[in-house]
Amino acid sequence: MLPELQARFRDTVLGNEDAVASYVTAARGSAANRIAVYRNTVQTSLTDVLATAYPVVRRIVGEKFFATLAHRYIAAHPPRIPQLSAYGGALADFIAGAEPLRELPYLADVARLEWTRGEAYFAANTPILDPVALSEIQPENLSALVLTPHPATRLVVSPFPIHRIWSINQPEINDVPKVDMSVAEAVLVTRPGDHIVTRLVGTGDAAFVARTIAGAGFGDAVAAAVTAEPAFDLQAALEAHLTNGTFAGIA
Amino acid sequence: MPASRMPSSDRRTTKAPAQLRSPITAQAGVGLRPSHMPEIVARGGRCDSVGWFEIHNENFLSDGGPRRAMLEHIKAHTPISCHGVGLSLGSHDGLDKDHVDRLKRLFAWIGPILISEHLSWSVHGGVYLNDLLPLPYTEETLATVSANVDRAQQAFGRRLLIENPSSYLTFTASQMPEAEFLARLVEQTDCGLLLDVNNIYVSAENNGFDVTDYLEAIPRGAVGEIHLAGHTVQGDGDDRVLVDTHSRRVCEDVWTHYRTALARFGPQPTMIEWDLDLPPLDVLIGEARAAQDILDDIARRTRANVA
Repeated sequence: MLPELQARFRDTVLGNEDAVASYVTAARGSAANRIAVYRNTVQTSLTDVLATAYPVVRRIVGEKFFATLAHRYIAAHPPRIPQLSAYGGALADFIAGAEPLRELPYLADVARLEWTRGEAYFAANTPILDPVALSEIQPENLSALVLTPHPATRLVVSPFPIHRIWSINQPEINDVPKVDMSVAEAVLVTRPGDHIVTRLVGTGDAAFVARTIAGAGFGDAVAAAVTAEPAFDLQAALEAHLTNGTFAGIA
Repeated sequence: MPASRMPSSDRRTTKAPAQLRSPITAQAGVGLRPSHMPEIVARGGRCDSVGWFEIHNENFLSDGGPRRAMLEHIKAHTPISCHGVGLSLGSHDGLDKDHVDRLKRLFAWIGPILISEHLSWSVHGGVYLNDLLPLPYTEETLATVSANVDRAQQAFGRRLLIENPSSYLTFTASQMPEAEFLARLVEQTDCGLLLDVNNIYVSAENNGFDVTDYLEAIPRGAVGEIHLAGHTVQGDGDDRVLVDTHSRRVCEDVWTHYRTALARFGPQPTMIEWDLDLPPLDVLIGEARAAQDILDDIARRTRANVA
């Protein structure tokens, strides 16, 4: 009986209201009301988890629509492990496939950016690369060295101005200005200490970081950056990476 | 036998050094919630009148991040109890080995003074439902939960305290009251019990049983910790239901039942749980102080009776 009951209870709290009714009694009132207490807890708590992970998506679509989106997402992608900081990673793809959201084509990438910020927040507490270690490298050895990304480092590249959209949808901003949706943006997320840095980077720097994350050597990564953006300023980019903790070490 | 299971007469003869703040002695603690952690770190990783903190295991399973860094600091100054909400001891599917391994790593890092989980389930067919769902109290369920508790205790290498859930309904298939189910679980697995007095009260109000009868059916030596929390009353008349929201102060009735429980089970480590509408830290500490006053009072009465 137990496996059947648990399967039905699971279906009930995920949305199918009657699945477990025949197994249940209530001391008074309707059993359906009592079952609803469990369903509400499951739905509300998981919606809150998603709302915490995706505050900008929620602000853009509104609280009511977000609740509907969350409800559908929970039914399609219920949690698989009991670790809520890891729940919700498929929302960007879910948004990309959701018909009613076609008129907000940038929303999936905004969701992707928010998810990477969460990943950065919970990534391992590894020290960031010490600038002294880099300055001690002999110039002739520079090209072959491989910079190891910090566990928190994430790069999100989008055909939409996702950094701009993300920035103007922060809680402290009331008047949202018009945004030129034709601008492509790349955002680098890092966590040099306790706080997440969400930084717009140029196309050259994005190529440099993407190649480095893929395991390429410093020389290859710089070449990719210059190809993407001939005016790429390596010195300025490196200084910003050292300050913001993009890298953890040198391999 | 851990001190928590010693009859009270033995405990008096076991004198720990005064500076050893072992929460196995009956002190009040509070739930450690992420939004309070920066303030606790700022106070030096400890709070007056708080003997220990209890974490939700599943809040600390990440590789790193500020939350784990803050716990690293706090656990160096205040003992930590590890309370689980995701092991799903009632799952017919059995325990998730990966989750057991995550918890083993967490316990190795923290060195908890107590570990506990719930008499409930939250996983079926690989889906985690993020709630403490109810079980029918049958022989079949007892066999399932016993096997899972055995396996968990073997994996963790220590006794697990099992907490009674708050519940909103009962199952037609149930063959025994919850307290009897717990008593038999203790008998079969030698687990301990974490008695949540608010949960007993909430379930009693919702499902129509008597709190005192429940307490009397719980074996005296099994209780190793007590939880107290506030609940919310929803609806009225036949639709009235108490929901275990952990969103307010402990109610008067629950304080009264707490005294009854301590009189039966002896002074026990007692934790104030607050999860939703979290108040300022000092409100939570005030609740812990109220629990400590009752613990001290019960201890004095016990001594007076012996004298």
